[in-house]
Amino acid sequence: MTSRERALGWLAGLGLTAGLVMAFGVAPREATQGNVQRIMYLHVPAILVAYLAFGVVLVASVIYLWGRAAGADRLAHASAEVGVVFTGINIATGAIWGKPTWGTWWTWDARLTSVSIMFVIYLGYLLLRAMIEDRERAARFAAVLGIVAALDIPLVHFSVYWWRTLHQPPTLLRPGSPPMDPTFVLALMVNLVAFVLLYGYFTAKRVRLLRQEEEVFA
Amino acid sequence: MTYARRTWIVLWKDLLSERRSKETLNALFFFALLLLFLFQFALGADRERLTAALPGLLWLGFILSGLVGLGRAFLAERENDCWEGLLLVPGDKSAIYLGKVAGNLILMLLVEAILLVLFAVFFDIDLGAHPIRLIVVIGLGTLGFAAVGTLFAAMTAHVRAREVLFPVLLLPVQVPVLLGAVKATEAVLLGEPLGAVGHWLGLLAAADTIYLTVGVLTFDAILEA
Repeated sequence: MTSRERALGWLAGLGLTAGLVMAFGVAPREATQGNVQRIMYLHVPAILVAYLAFGVVLVASVIYLWGRAAGADRLAHASAEVGVVFTGINIATGAIWGKPTWGTWWTWDARLTSVSIMFVIYLGYLLLRAMIEDRERAARFAAVLGIVAALDIPLVHFSVYWWRTLHQPPTLLRPGSPPMDPTFVLALMVNLVAFVLLYGYFTAKRVRLLRQEEEVFA
Repeated sequence: MTYARRTWIVLWKDLLSERRSKETLNALFFFALLLLFLFQFALGADRERLTAALPGLLWLGFILSGLVGLGRAFLAERENDCWEGLLLVPGDKSAIYLGKVAGNLILMLLVEAILLVLFAVFFDIDLGAHPIRLIVVIGLGTLGFAAVGTLFAAMTAHVRAREVLFPVLLLPVQVPVLLGAVKATEAVLLGEPLGAVGHWLGLLAAADTIYLTVGVLTFDAILEA
């Protein structure tokens, strides 16, 4: 483990601890939903980081097709894996949150549907990588799929959105100041930063592992 | 040899071999017929239920037969070792992609035309009230499907488990096209003008443009040995 990786790991651990303290200690109990609402501090950062991860997959895929740098391919691979994990966390926590507040684990609401489609698309991406033995060919095909998948996300979003929705509209990513108590926002931000650090740590570790795998099997 | 000419040659080759063998088209015709039976068994004879589900069923039929047809798009090249032949084509390889897309589009449209007639006959549904509107919607939807399908078919042609991998990759990516096409078809069958589904048509057109552009730009990377 490189020292930079270790530092990132400690930072992520520290951030997560701070995030837990913020979520359970500092942030007040939400008035209508009660303690259940605290799952937001896991639910929202997870999906934002997943979007970041898939954005990285897109950029790395383009760079790979451009110059065929093996490093870009490894980054795309690692980032996609971490993104799928975070999307999974988001879907699972969403179901747990949905049961007490909406009365159901799952509903075919617009954002639930679009996130789960994204999840399946990137699972397919990982499947494609796993099924092609030739490393260089897997990298090329995965890069093409990484580009198609990322450009498909807005299409999926709009198409599914026009069905109408049960989900509350996005609170953070919209113009104007968020209509939340500043303490909630602060707690969310701390967790978001912690998740970004965690993403960086996981991805760096996975990239190194992929490189070592290649060295071993080369 | 110009770009357009190379595209045309690929298209012509595919159409000619299909016309002589009729391999894919014959199989797809029976497949479409069988789908019709399945839909009938699944939904029963209730006319109203059938009418409500018709746009979805129609596109389910298009998609399923499209999956079968598109999955075979590069089989001739693979089995007869013609892949190298494709690689030897001079100039920009995206001409091959466009030729293949055009061939697949024509094949799919043919099967869809057959399916439409079968639906009209067996379910006694009037599909001919607004033919132009229906053709616009089906054309836009099928183009998007053929554009990504051709790209993914070329990708999975070399994979051992391609029969599984191809639909698993293609179907989730096609969700926007499927949703838009079904919703627009539904509106057209109800007699609404195209303006009422402008947002869906815009989405389909955007999807077609994005898929075709990505396909043209990346096909080179897929074709390499």
